Amino acid sequence: MSEDPRFVGLRRAFRGFVFPMTVAFLVWYLLYVLLSAYAREFMATPVAGNLNVAFVFGILQFVSTFLIAWWYSRFAARKLDPVADEIRAELEAPEDAR
Amino acid sequence: MNLASHQFLLAAPAAAGNRALTFSLFVVLVIATLGITVWAGRHTKTATDYYAGGRSFSGIQNGLAIGGDYMSAASFLGIAGIIALFGYDGFLYSIGFLVAWLIALLLVAELLRNSGRYTMADVLSYRMRQRPVRTAAAASTVTVSIFYLLAQMVGAGALVALLLGISEGQSFLGMSADGAKIATIVLVGILMIVYVTLGGMKGTTWVQIVKAVLLMGGAFIMTALVLFKFGFNISEMLGSAAEASGKGQEFLEPGLRYGKDIPGDAAATLISKLDLVSLGLALVLGTAGLPHILIRFYTVPTARAARTSVNWAIALIGTFYLMTLALGFGAAALVGSAAITAQDKAGNTAAPQLAEALGGPVLLALIAAVAFATILAVVAGLTLASSSSLAHDFYASVIKRGKASEKEEVRVARISAFVIGGISIVLAIFAQGLNVAFLVALAFAIAASANLPTILLSLFWKRFNTAGAVAGIYGGLISSVVLVFFSPVVSGKVDPVTGASASLFPLGVDFAWFPLENPGLVSVPFSFLCAILGALLSKERNDRKFAELEVRSLTGAGAH
Repeated sequence: MSEDPRFVGLRRAFRGFVFPMTVAFLVWYLLYVLLSAYAREFMATPVAGNLNVAFVFGILQFVSTFLIAWWYSRFAARKLDPVADEIRAELEAPEDAR
Repeated sequence: MNLASHQFLLAAPAAAGNRALTFSLFVVLVIATLGITVWAGRHTKTATDYYAGGRSFSGIQNGLAIGGDYMSAASFLGIAGIIALFGYDGFLYSIGFLVAWLIALLLVAELLRNSGRYTMADVLSYRMRQRPVRTAAAASTVTVSIFYLLAQMVGAGALVALLLGISEGQSFLGMSADGAKIATIVLVGILMIVYVTLGGMKGTTWVQIVKAVLLMGGAFIMTALVLFKFGFNISEMLGSAAEASGKGQEFLEPGLRYGKDIPGDAAATLISKLDLVSLGLALVLGTAGLPHILIRFYTVPTARAARTSVNWAIALIGTFYLMTLALGFGAAALVGSAAITAQDKAGNTAAPQLAEALGGPVLLALIAAVAFATILAVVAGLTLASSSSLAHDFYASVIKRGKASEKEEVRVARISAFVIGGISIVLAIFAQGLNVAFLVALAFAIAASANLPTILLSLFWKRFNTAGAVAGIYGGLISSVVLVFFSPVVSGKVDPVTGASASLFPLGVDFAWFPLENPGLVSVPFSFLCAILGALLSKERNDRKFAELEVRSLTGAGAH
């Protein structure tokens, strides 16, 4: 089954989504940590009232986390689950039914 | 995270009536959770029931339980405390703890659910030789869990004594403050043994669900009250917090606690900044390697339910950490850092003190009970994870070479829970006087170093093998523990203000040579390196088994 084009496509779709996404959110998180460590002046820039850039970036980390979780779940439900279900049903069917 | 037990400056905080109320709520909580445990115990018959709650939980239930397992007293009391005392820097912790869940969601949860059965080692050893890999995985599981467990239990002892308002020279039910701390540690230890041995994963899960609901409810009430005080104007809340802190706008910027600029000392400044990056790395990579979190994914029937549960966990945990902003800055503004440090130097009592300021003794008693529930749920999860690994990985696979019956395995798991509980009680009593903040940070660092690299390589790298897994786990485990031992956390750090020792060892003892307090920056890459070199130096390679693992992890075909 690991050579089956449907499985190869499933694996490619899965990896094609999660690997770049993982790199992206880790870079974005590390950027935030590095800015907190080294760009203090920039982080202290006021935005609205007592809210500064540091707060805005912090809240944006929350927002991006929620969005990526939502995005991945939608992607998985549409592109991954149907193929995975099909392959599993086939593999778990009794021999003579194949 | 600064759930510390060190020198509480006890100030007789609670009146006698309040103490009785707090105490009664604790008793109600203990009775309710024991009731749940007994009920769950009656429905625990097979090994799957014991280890994985019969895989019968829904995604939402498991999401709540993950929240209950993850949001420890260190999250609730610790982060609120850091924000109350140091302002913005506490928020850095929250962000690392939250973003970490994306790794669990994208790379680990579903694949682990499909390919494993009861423990983390099921996945690691899938295509490897069972005994060496399971031995290593059991060693790291038990190490991570015990460090985490100690932090919770020592914190619980100090905190409960404090919340019940027993201070030096006072007594409650005939106990002094020290007596009450030891009694609490023993009580928490006995309760976690009972939850785990009687209720197994089902009992533990329900205790965690109840705790998650209580914690979210308690945090919501306090957040609403804080925001109401400031007319729902967040900027005004931040402004009064900054003003009350005496540090002005700096209180709202990063840098009061982590990654400090040390004027005139470029090397010290560099180390301080690297330490912040290292901490950030351990926080974001540690979560998906925590054994007590990983085994939660086995409690749901499918990978899809595992995905749903992580999504719920992200929503809950994210909302909770946003609320800790209101709790922390609210405490800074309404209680003030002088009053907080007078109660507890590390700030762990900021949230309960805020509760008292907002809603008097009744809200204080409620929040104290929530904090107690928080500790109970986390220690139960940790005890279960480590005893499961000892029974399933070490006993059944290593000692019995896979020939133990299911019944025997569960019996050994129960005995292991007793042993781990007993050891933790004794260690926690001895560790009482120590600053335990580093125990939780170390648990995260070990999980990030010893477990995560090996998990990822097992799931995604075809060439990975037994030697690589064993080298990765031991490399990460040993390097993180050794680096912490020779870091300023353990010896040689002096408080610049008081001149007292800021390390575990007393003043004058200094064998530190590793400058960072958080080992992650070195130990995580080191573990990857060990794993990759170990794999390449060994000839073992099993492409067929890897193909099988890939199909199974992505499709769920053949999953338990």
